[in-house]
Amino acid sequence: MRVIVDGVSQTYTDGRGQIVEALAGVTFTVEAEELVAVVGPSGCGKSTLLSLLAGLLTPTRGRVGFEGELPPGRPATAMVFQEFALFPWRTVQANVEFGLEEAGHPASERRALARYFVELTGLGGFERKYPHELSGVMRQRVGIARALAVDPAVLLMDEPFSALDAQTRQLLQEELLGIWERTRKTILYVTHNIQEAVWMADRVVVLSRRPGRVLDVVPVELKRPRTEAMLGEPALLHAVERIWGLVKSQARAALQEGAA
Amino acid sequence: MARVLGLAGLLVLWEVLTRTGVVPELFLPSPLSVLAAGVQMLRSGELFAHVVTSLGRILLGFGLGALAGVAVGLTVGVFSVAEAVGTPVIAATFPIPKIALLPLLILWLGIGEASKVAVITLGVFFPMAINTYAGVRHADPLLLRAAVSFGAGRWSLVRKVMLPSALPMIFAGLKLGAGTALLLLVAAEMIAASTGIGFLVLNAQNLMETTTLMVGIVVLSLLGLASHWLLTRLERAAIPWKVDS
Repeated sequence: MRVIVDGVSQTYTDGRGQIVEALAGVTFTVEAEELVAVVGPSGCGKSTLLSLLAGLLTPTRGRVGFEGELPPGRPATAMVFQEFALFPWRTVQANVEFGLEEAGHPASERRALARYFVELTGLGGFERKYPHELSGVMRQRVGIARALAVDPAVLLMDEPFSALDAQTRQLLQEELLGIWERTRKTILYVTHNIQEAVWMADRVVVLSRRPGRVLDVVPVELKRPRTEAMLGEPALLHAVERIWGLVKSQARAALQEGAA
Repeated sequence: MARVLGLAGLLVLWEVLTRTGVVPELFLPSPLSVLAAGVQMLRSGELFAHVVTSLGRILLGFGLGALAGVAVGLTVGVFSVAEAVGTPVIAATFPIPKIALLPLLILWLGIGEASKVAVITLGVFFPMAINTYAGVRHADPLLLRAAVSFGAGRWSLVRKVMLPSALPMIFAGLKLGAGTALLLLVAAEMIAASTGIGFLVLNAQNLMETTTLMVGIVVLSLLGLASHWLLTRLERAAIPWKVDS
């Protein structure tokens, strides 16, 4: 399924009654089966963008759309959250079944589907554990399994690994790419880690600071499957540098504004 | 171990004080004579009758109050209209000492069982409603967002996110309510009853039967302990995800 973000602007009123412009005329597409990363300085409206795509918000201006066949019972999107957002009162199995329950799948089908995605994400044997009994990595695996279980056309990921330490992050990035190779989902991946974005994505959308605008869309010329060795390849370093150049000027402007 | 020793020491001291006659038996009967009187009252069936009557009142009042409290707390927590109407009403009526309403309740419902059950129901209702409401309002917005992103509707949100979020607060309310219920039971039975443990205690005092009075007090504390133990067990079974407790 193809994702179209067309001239999307989003304004909201914050707690003090001030009108905040989060996104201003954002336009880009994500092709079917493509993995696109979105990077930008903090407060560039990355999360707002995901909420719009997930249907949790409607854009003030512009349009968010999906193009392609969507069989009934399959949601357009499912979200993986930065803070995992697992239900503490549900076991791993029951957490993975949550979306299937809401989509109205019968119990036996839910169980079978959830088991499949529990195995796929390496959670076999942990079905009856509660989230508080799991490490951060395991919890986010549950988050990924829960999102994949509903078989969304597009997987939305909101800084999914930023709450994890560097070593486990690398591990989960590889796992996610492995899962992506097998399921061929369209993935939109929001992160503030430029290297992570480049290493994983086909293209990287660079957003400006608030209000978020698209500064550039940088294609990544790296073969698949991606390996750890590619972290040193010139194509990757070049892309990282190009994106960093864009983000740095934004960060500098923000600092100067803060100092003034 | 130290706790058991402390408790046992207190009992021994009590026994010694009464045996040696330092404290007259009329004012404070010895633990052993209280125990003997208790056993005797149990054999005669007298104690059993009082306990059954009291248990019936407290269980009915507690159950009704808890159910109504959770229902009202949920409604007020979920619907903004109910919140706007409900919170000032609850805030205004909550501070009324419930026992002060007993004469009014007797006037309305008669001197029988209904007025006693009603006063207990009222006493349990308020902590339950307030705690349930607070529990629902403290549901993690992130979890609500996650549930909505997976297509959860309003009823799903209530059942699958808000209610489980509120469970720890609901159990805190139940424990609070159990204490209040016992207090109101005894008070109501002392004011207007011819059976029940509260009546037993008051009647024994009138007849200067201090031993019987003490049996009543022991039975009441056992009831309090038992309800707390039971609720703690229930809580553990109902909230297996709670890290400690």
